[in-house]
Amino acid sequence: MTTNILEMRSITKTFPGVKALSDVTLDVERGTVHAICGENGAGKSTLMKVLSGVYGHGTYAGDIVFEDETVEFKDIRDSEAKGIVIIHQELALSPYLSIAENIFLNNEQTGAFGLIDWNKTNHEAATLLARVGLKENPTTKILDIGVGKQQLVEIAKALSKRVKLLILDEPTAALNDEDSDHLLDLILHLKEQGITSIIISHKLNEIKKVADTVTVIRDGKTIETIQKTDVTEERIIKDMVGRDLEHRYPDHTPNIGEEILRVEDWTAHHPQDPTRVIVDEVSINVRAGEIVGIAGLMGAGRTEFAMSLFGHSYGSRISGKVFKRGVEIKTRTVSEAIKNGLAYATEDRKHYGLNLLEDIKRNIALASLDKLSSNGLVNDNEEYKVANGYRTSMNIKAPNVLAKTGKLSGGNQQKVVLSKWIYADPDVLILDEPTRGIDVGAKYEIYAIINALAAEGKGIIVISSELPELLGICDRIYALSEGRITGQLPIEDANPESLLKLMTMEKPR
Amino acid sequence: MTNTQTPVTEETAAGGGVRLVENRFTSWLSHLVSDLGKNGIFIALLAVVLFFAVVTDGILLRPQNISNLIVQNGYILVLAIGMVMIIIAGHIDLSVGSVAAFVGACSGVFAVSWGLPWWLAVVLSLGIGALVGVWQGFWIAYVGIPAFIVTLAGMLIFRGLALVVLGNANIGSFPTEYRALGNGFLSNVFGDLELDPLTLIIAGVAVVALIVQQFRTRTGRQKYGQDVEPIVWFVAKLVLIAVAIGFFAYALASYKGIPVTLIVLAVLVLIYGIIMNRSVFGRHVYAIGGNRHAAELSGIKTRKTDFLLFVNMGVLAALAGLIFTARLNLAGPKAGDGFELEAISAAFIGGAAVQGGVGTIGGAIIGGLIIGVLNNGMSILGLGIEWQQAVKGLVLLLAVAFDVYNKRRSGGK
Repeated sequence: MTTNILEMRSITKTFPGVKALSDVTLDVERGTVHAICGENGAGKSTLMKVLSGVYGHGTYAGDIVFEDETVEFKDIRDSEAKGIVIIHQELALSPYLSIAENIFLNNEQTGAFGLIDWNKTNHEAATLLARVGLKENPTTKILDIGVGKQQLVEIAKALSKRVKLLILDEPTAALNDEDSDHLLDLILHLKEQGITSIIISHKLNEIKKVADTVTVIRDGKTIETIQKTDVTEERIIKDMVGRDLEHRYPDHTPNIGEEILRVEDWTAHHPQDPTRVIVDEVSINVRAGEIVGIAGLMGAGRTEFAMSLFGHSYGSRISGKVFKRGVEIKTRTVSEAIKNGLAYATEDRKHYGLNLLEDIKRNIALASLDKLSSNGLVNDNEEYKVANGYRTSMNIKAPNVLAKTGKLSGGNQQKVVLSKWIYADPDVLILDEPTRGIDVGAKYEIYAIINALAAEGKGIIVISSELPELLGICDRIYALSEGRITGQLPIEDANPESLLKLMTMEKPR
Repeated sequence: MTNTQTPVTEETAAGGGVRLVENRFTSWLSHLVSDLGKNGIFIALLAVVLFFAVVTDGILLRPQNISNLIVQNGYILVLAIGMVMIIIAGHIDLSVGSVAAFVGACSGVFAVSWGLPWWLAVVLSLGIGALVGVWQGFWIAYVGIPAFIVTLAGMLIFRGLALVVLGNANIGSFPTEYRALGNGFLSNVFGDLELDPLTLIIAGVAVVALIVQQFRTRTGRQKYGQDVEPIVWFVAKLVLIAVAIGFFAYALASYKGIPVTLIVLAVLVLIYGIIMNRSVFGRHVYAIGGNRHAAELSGIKTRKTDFLLFVNMGVLAALAGLIFTARLNLAGPKAGDGFELEAISAAFIGGAAVQGGVGTIGGAIIGGLIIGVLNNGMSILGLGIEWQQAVKGLVLLLAVAFDVYNKRRSGGK
């Protein structure tokens, strides 16, 4: 028996048009905590989905050896049967069921006649809760406990499945410091009991705290595996971002004018929990012709800031001031924000950006129907002409503008979203993850469009979780952490190391 | 994700597809196929009509029966117009039958008990319908209670109120002018002739107006460089429609002339057709039903739109109540029973999508006519009400199943 509990050998996984994993190798030693680091989109989650059988055997190339045995998981049940349990970032708990019911979901503790034995269920659950250090009654409903405790319930659920290898995907992303510490201690405690863990994270301090070994993945490839003694922040950051930046971004010569938008002390609270500050006194400005980036890790409040600014579309108890060319404006409703020259292209095209049931033409026109109508009637022909113009100028690949947007590829859908907002003719365009889920060729086109808009004298705010993208296209970059602006860097001074430092800067407590 | 990845997928995803050789025949054929797809519901109606015309030995298409078909289904079609709009926006309205009964009862009080002039009774009744809509729209749009619940409550509330207003008795009989709404015919203006000239004239004007409008749309599109269907197909379609209208008008003219209900319906279809196809409001309704979040983030006032939709539904339900009451010449407690289900069926048979965002006024009208022809045809055949119910249920299920199957085949979700 080797000391490795898991060996993933030469894993390659392709999606249509994208190679998500390429020849990835991962060895995890029994009884250790193994961290996997990488930027968003590097392939960490895909690798874990291959491991846990979410992408079943046959959809990828390569071998998985678990406990010295080559395994071929068809689905997640197969991997769980072997003792591999994955806890996803979005917790998979049913809010209206009790803790005990959630722990034994689809693994019900039955007694006579196949009926559920509630005494046994709650007793077993209490034992498991004690193991994870959660002092709650097993009959408490999930919605009555906080996210930190819910995370512990997930772990208790994993323990109930006799877990040997526990995979945690960004487990502390939604937790406060105290809950995070407790969770990390628990992982170490489980290690003493012989449970091996893989933890996906990009929080370097917590990696240093718990991990025995760190593997860095970038662009779907293993970069290196580092032993605890050799782990340094600099080395990990360099591994995470060190890539060729040339020729992925079109040339951009900034022609920057007067300040066009200034936001002062923008604060927004969580919509359901008004005591939680999500956006914390954010002040930024954008000048005409300038492309300004906002960098931040997941959960830093990037989208929340943009959406709360754009018509108070997110959050509660919103405060702060907005000035356009020095004059204060209000953005309390989306139509008011649009009227005042703002536009926001969402990070989530399918849920917030497009009506996938409708054609290209109607999607482009939707935010500017006033321009196309008189007496409340829309001029169909004019609409067609406008849309067709964008189809040509933006190079939207579709037979005509009557094609339904639901049938377009991600890149073309994004071009429709951009066309919609360009036609609305805003002064400031906020682009949230403008190239998410788009292949490289289309990304280049989107960057060229962004450059052209800036050249026209519009102010552009780009929110992105891909640092190279921000470094490739922006003139100036703000860093956001825990809802606060922790600094701004002109492009000359910005590099992944300096930005990551600001992005991970914690609030002084 | 390396630079070597060329965007080949974009090309193939976006309609590279099969490229037909561009000649007249293939383009003609492709238009025919796409039109058949788009007009599937129309063809279904034709099939149902032909089927019953044959099995009833032509009774279905007798002038008197065609006239009856319109008058008997008028109120369902009025409701279907409002209902399909509600469904497109992603809601439902279960209360329309009860609202129709309630308003019918109120109109009885106005026109009969209080003896108000017929027109005032009609205006007041429509106003009550609007108030009902305001009430339900408030709970749905501004409080945020699902329409299913609000209108389920409304179904009970307004059925109850109808009984309260009637005080456990029927109200009748109504003034002649009021009754014309459900029973009247526009005829004999030129004297009592074998064929009513007015009917034929109106039909003629309608056909001419349709042809002019279609040609103007076509030339407008050509001017903007859009694709139009081949002229042969375009003319053939117009001729077919003109023949259908002509046959229909001849049948009406040789019976009693144009029913008032049909005039009301025609005006409604015209107005609401324009609203849903061409107006900004219509666009907002489709946008909300297709993706509510995206609509909100595009600056659309989704609450206001929802509210107005329910006010509109209230008015149309009131109108349906008036037509029904006028036809029976009686405001009774059982009025409007099951109307909501027929109106909802009409919308779904007519191609509306359960999750919203899809549907047309024309589709709902044809869906309503299919139900009407089924009702009428089965009655002529002497089928009992129990079998009629079962058959209609089956037709609804199959229509939606067909729709779901079609969508799945064409790759939508």
